[in-house]
Amino acid sequence: MFRNVAELIELAESQGKKISQIMIEQEMEVTGRTRDQVIGLMDKNLEVMEKAIERGLVGVHSHSGLTGGDAVLLQEYIKKGNFLSGEIILDAVSKAVATNEVNAAMGTICATPTAGSAGVVPGTLFAVKNKLNPSREQMIDFLFVSGAFGFVVANNASISGAAGGCQAEVGSAAGMAAAAIVEIAGGTPAQSAEAMAITLKNMLGLVCDPVAGLVEVPCVKRNAMGAANAMIAADMALAGITSRIPCDEVIDAMYKIGLSMPVGLRETAQGGLAATPTGRELEAKIFGISLDVKKSE
Amino acid sequence: MKYKSVFDIIGPIMIGPSSSHTAGAARIGRMARNLLNREPKWAEISFYGSFAKTYKGHGTDVAIVGGLLDFDTFDERIIHALDLAKEKGIKITFSEEDAITDHPNTARVRIGDDQGELELVGISIGGGKIEIIELNGFELKLSGHEPAILVVHEDRFGAIANVANVLAKHEINIAHMDVSRKEKGKMALMTIEVDQNIEQAVLDEITALPNIMKVTKIVD
Repeated sequence: MFRNVAELIELAESQGKKISQIMIEQEMEVTGRTRDQVIGLMDKNLEVMEKAIERGLVGVHSHSGLTGGDAVLLQEYIKKGNFLSGEIILDAVSKAVATNEVNAAMGTICATPTAGSAGVVPGTLFAVKNKLNPSREQMIDFLFVSGAFGFVVANNASISGAAGGCQAEVGSAAGMAAAAIVEIAGGTPAQSAEAMAITLKNMLGLVCDPVAGLVEVPCVKRNAMGAANAMIAADMALAGITSRIPCDEVIDAMYKIGLSMPVGLRETAQGGLAATPTGRELEAKIFGISLDVKKSE
Repeated sequence: MKYKSVFDIIGPIMIGPSSSHTAGAARIGRMARNLLNREPKWAEISFYGSFAKTYKGHGTDVAIVGGLLDFDTFDERIIHALDLAKEKGIKITFSEEDAITDHPNTARVRIGDDQGELELVGISIGGGKIEIIELNGFELKLSGHEPAILVVHEDRFGAIANVANVLAKHEINIAHMDVSRKEKGKMALMTIEVDQNIEQAVLDEITALPNIMKVTKIVD
C-alpha cells in the first residue's frame, strides 16, 4: 500500500504502470473486490458526475438564492467566442460551477473529495474530454488518478474544511484534478506529481469562510478557480516544469498550515467573507433574524 | 491509515451540500438508528464546533434526522426528513453546544422509545467518512465501513477470549477490536470489526456465553 506520493510514483515507475492502474490494484487488494467490480463502482460515480453537470448547465438555483445560473452564463459567453483566456479553461470552470450549483441546491453529486469541492475533478474531466476524446475507460481512470492523490492527502493531511480550511478541500481537489489531467493527456506519473505540487502550492492558506455557513459563497467560485488552477498547473507540468518543493512536502505544509489556522477560518462562518458586512447581512436575511439580535448574543 | 478505499475519496454519491456536514451527519444518524435496531420515538441532538455554528446552512439537522429515518446519503427523501419525522410523530430537539471537542464536527445523539434508549457521539472527519467515538458512555472507535458486532459484557477474565473463540470456530476474521470499560469489574464493551457478515446463529452463540449481556450487529 502506498503511503505517500513518492511511493506511488515509485510503484508506477518500477512496474511500468499508470497511476490509475496502481490505484485500481490497491483497491482490489484492500477490499477483495474484482477489477470489474471496482471499475463498475467508479463508473457509477462518473455517471452521477455527468448528470450533475448536465443539470447545472440547464440552470439550477439554491433555496437561499445565493447561487445558481452562473454555469449557464459562462456557457453562453463561451458560445459568443469573444473570451480572453481559453475555451477549455472556461468550459472546465463552467462545468465545475455547474456541479457546485447543483450541490448547493441539495441536488445529487459525487463527493470528490468532498461535496463542497465536488466541481473541480468532474469539471476539468468533462472539459478536457472535448479536446482529447478519451474512451469511457480512460475517463474512469481519470477518477482513479484523482483518487490516488486524494488518498495520500486524506491520510497524511486532511480533506476537511473544518479541520484544514478550503486548501484541504478545493486545494486537494484541484491538485487531484491536475494530476489526473496529466495522465489522461499522456504525461508521466512523475509529471502528475509535479502538477499536484504546483497546484497545491497555489492553494496553500486558503481559508474556509462560508457565508451563513452555506456551501455557496464563496465555495462555488472557489471551485471555478480550483479548476482553472488545475488546468494551468497540468499544462506547466506537461511542459516539463517541476516544483522545487516535492509534492509530499507541499502536502505536509498544507497540513501544518491547517493546524495553525484559527477556528474562525475553518468552516465556522465566523471569519473571512462570512464576517464581512454583506456576509452578515445575507446571513440575517436568509435565516430571518435581525442583525441586532445576532450582535447581542 | 484513516482512509483505506479510493471510494472514500471519490464518493460517496450524495445529496448536497456538504460531505462532512450533510452526508457524514446522515451516516451518524443512521448508525444510531441501526444500533437501536428500530425507528426511535424521540431524539435529542447536540451539535458541537463547526456543526454547532453552521448546521442550519449545511442541512446537518435535516441530514441527521434523515439518517434516523434510515435514509442513505443519496436518498432524496433526506431533503424532507424533518417534515417526514414530524408526520411520524417523532419528537426531535436540537441544541448548539459551546463546549470544545477534540474534533470540530461532533454530534451527540440520544434516541429512544418506550423500550429503551441509547446515546452516542459521532465525528465527521471529512469527505463523508465518520467515526463513532462514544456509545452509552463507553469510548470506542467504530467506522461503520466494516460489519461489526458490539458486545456488552461483565468485566471478567475470559470474556474476551470466549467471544474470540466463537468467532475463530466459525472462521470469522477480526479486522479491528476495541475493548473499553467504565469501571473495573463492572460493565464493559467489546467493539469487533470483522471481514465478513455474521450469521444470527453466531450472535446467539455469543449471547449464550457467560458474562455476556447484549450483542448487537452492525452491517454497512
